[in-house]
Amino acid sequence: MTIHKPASEEEAASLVADLAASGTSVRIKGGGTRSSIGRAIETGDVLSSEAVSGISLYEPGEMVISAKAGMPLADIEKALSDSAQMLTFEPMDHRALLGTEGEPTIGAVVAGNVSGPRRIFAGAARDSLIGVRFVNGKGEIVKNGGRVMKNVTGLDLVKLQAGAWGTLGFLTEVTFKLLPTPQESATLVFSGLDNEKGVQALCAAAGTPFEATGLAHLPALITGSDAQTVMRVEGFAEQVDYRLNQLSDALSEYGSPERLRGEDHKALWRNIRDATFIAEPRDRAVWRLSVRPTSAPNVVEVIKQAVDCRYFFDWCGGLIWISVPEDDDAGEETVRNAANAADGYATLVRGSEPLRRRVSVFEPEPAPLDRLSAGIKQGFDPKNVFNPGLMAAAE
Amino acid sequence: MSEIEIPKPDPAIMARRSEIVSGLAKLVPDECLISSERELVPYETDAFTAYRRVPLAVVLPRTTEETAAVMKFCADAGVPVVPRGAGTSLAGGAIPQEDAVVIGVTKMNRILDVDYKNRTARVQSGVTNLSISDNVGADGFFYAPDPSSQLACTIAGNIGMNSGGAHCLKYGVTTNNLLGVTVVLLDGSIVQIGGDHLDAPGYDFLGLFCGSEGQLGIVTEATVRILAKAEGARPVLFGFNNSEVAGACVADIIAAGIVPVAIEYMDKEAIHICEAFAKAGYPLDVEALLIVEVEGSDDEMDAMLSQIIEIAKKHDVATIRESQSAMEAAAIWKGRKSAFGATGRIADYICMDGTVPLSQLDYVLKKTYEIIDGYGLRVANVFHAGDGNMHPLILHNVNDPKESEKAQLAGDDILRLCVDVGGCLTGEHGVGIEKRDLMLHQFNETDLRQQMAVREVFDPDWILNPAKVFPLEVRETSSQSSQEAA
Repeated sequence: MTIHKPASEEEAASLVADLAASGTSVRIKGGGTRSSIGRAIETGDVLSSEAVSGISLYEPGEMVISAKAGMPLADIEKALSDSAQMLTFEPMDHRALLGTEGEPTIGAVVAGNVSGPRRIFAGAARDSLIGVRFVNGKGEIVKNGGRVMKNVTGLDLVKLQAGAWGTLGFLTEVTFKLLPTPQESATLVFSGLDNEKGVQALCAAAGTPFEATGLAHLPALITGSDAQTVMRVEGFAEQVDYRLNQLSDALSEYGSPERLRGEDHKALWRNIRDATFIAEPRDRAVWRLSVRPTSAPNVVEVIKQAVDCRYFFDWCGGLIWISVPEDDDAGEETVRNAANAADGYATLVRGSEPLRRRVSVFEPEPAPLDRLSAGIKQGFDPKNVFNPGLMAAAE
Repeated sequence: MSEIEIPKPDPAIMARRSEIVSGLAKLVPDECLISSERELVPYETDAFTAYRRVPLAVVLPRTTEETAAVMKFCADAGVPVVPRGAGTSLAGGAIPQEDAVVIGVTKMNRILDVDYKNRTARVQSGVTNLSISDNVGADGFFYAPDPSSQLACTIAGNIGMNSGGAHCLKYGVTTNNLLGVTVVLLDGSIVQIGGDHLDAPGYDFLGLFCGSEGQLGIVTEATVRILAKAEGARPVLFGFNNSEVAGACVADIIAAGIVPVAIEYMDKEAIHICEAFAKAGYPLDVEALLIVEVEGSDDEMDAMLSQIIEIAKKHDVATIRESQSAMEAAAIWKGRKSAFGATGRIADYICMDGTVPLSQLDYVLKKTYEIIDGYGLRVANVFHAGDGNMHPLILHNVNDPKESEKAQLAGDDILRLCVDVGGCLTGEHGVGIEKRDLMLHQFNETDLRQQMAVREVFDPDWILNPAKVFPLEVRETSSQSSQEAA
């Protein structure tokens, strides 16, 4: 197996042209911290973005950054924090959940459309991604979008690349709009609510003008004591106090919340972001469900009846993380049916390679969409060079 | 004149006109089909009125299923389809061609469901943008994208052009506020993309449909996010004696970590035009004016505004007008909101829509005046400064062909300039036919071919809104090369 590490976009382009000509497929690799996500695939070589790195543009006054795809996320966050700015979507770090090592890269964040708790307030990675450059499967360098946040010039291939898990091209550069880092941040913690009441409280909070930037519910089996329904507010110092007070008043029917600040508060949201609550036991499979928030408690009830599971809710209830034993289909049928019954869907985020051969990692698409997806793949990567079969079975 | 080419009607289709019309008549009731010359005229153009073509027929389906039947019929008959919302496109996105059937969504104009707990609204795509906010406003919610045409424009059109508005600095554009769509594809199949949950699975077709200008399918239903209204909103108005410091002031506000909901810019010409019309009390002795709006509780707004005013003072602001009441706030916005109407009263204009990096704002303004002077024309600049989305209004007399041509050439020069400084041709109006032939200035052929390859997955024969967005000459070479490849 060869690991290709092109040092520039041009080098990557000519390399991919050669791969396409010789009929060689590659697995695209950033920092390797998410390489166990996706259908199990066999490829000859690895195409690494490691050597395509660096910040190409950072304008704090425009709230815009462009970085080469192989740039470690940590380096980007460091550069941004020096100007009190941040990526808007709080990308999850998968290392704790997947038990992987290495440095997450910005390119992989885009490829996986990786977001965190702030997604409910500020959008997903794809929402603040405003430009991409990539090498397509023919070895051509393609740009789309740009460095301005309002741009409707031509078809939006930026969005297509976000969440395509590297199947539509080798990303070389990505551009994001940013937000200022809030000066202060704190959490309201309501205790002892069941799932139904907890999600109700989260939805009520989301319906206020107080801009909660994180809304999660941790059942008792996760906290080890009382269930916790947690709400994060941010802003300048007086604003945070004001919002905490207003939210507490508005939600008084759910009890009197405690307040969490400082390191405990930060650690809590890091754990929610990274789903560390369900990282153990390690031998369990992990599903991630996206559903309409109010349907979430019932979705979990249905799954609980059939499968032994550990779970918690993020995104106002709309994101359910569930770990289940890895037997048979790891609860696939139960989990998918429950999600589908609520018009949502499920993705297998953690599973052994044999499991990822047995079950559909990504939600199977209805026939017309499946046909379109195959056409899109063909339009970007006609020779199936990139991650063939990672999202859907290769033809 | 540098006329924009619209394909000549296909004589074979024109010869089958009555057959096509009677075929359509079997699919929808009489009141949904327009085929008489006189009644077709209102559909000959959109808000880009320089170009007009009377279509072969117009169908206004009442349901997704009717839309599907009509699409399938047109596809099978090889008849071009031009999707249409309210026809407010400034870029000619809804201008038909003589051999095309227009499918309009305006009869599908119901709000189907509002779910406050999950903060979503499911609507038929022919509802107007504003009607969503109107519908949920009394309950303290709103739909965030607010294009100037929001009273008339439809959600279908908003999705087609990925519309923005004055407040997208904080709330984003259509693509950031859309959760799901029901789409009719060319073969008549009905597809559900996304729903009322976040981040639909698979490739981001929802994102792809936003801004696709009716080339991929027809959206008949949409689920949008609705948001809780802020406790209050308050603008402040700044006048500057030098147009360049206004731009620097915008960048400093943003760099200071404040994200206002809107930062609007007007130059001297725009100030005078708007003041004469709206009597908003704008200062007439300044070169540029900024309206900065913040949201929140009274204390929150006080805190943000005092910080913003401090920054403005560092830039030698000449006039500061704070609003202490809803009436004063309305007066500050009154002039800005009437800008297009007020300008239309004194002259014809074309409205450009390029976006530039904020750091280039001053330079682009300066060059814009030089370009306009060079053509002996006048321009009024009024735009969304916070996101660099410029709207120079180039004034001219539409009945003077020479002057109109100059205006168009000046507009093209300005858009090329926007691209050259790192921006783009269009921030929120779309490419349509207006900017189609400038696409090769922003993209190279490889970039465009990649987009066209995606387009062709949905519409291999270029039936849907066929002469928009992509330069016709690239299409010709593209079909040659794909034939060679085959």
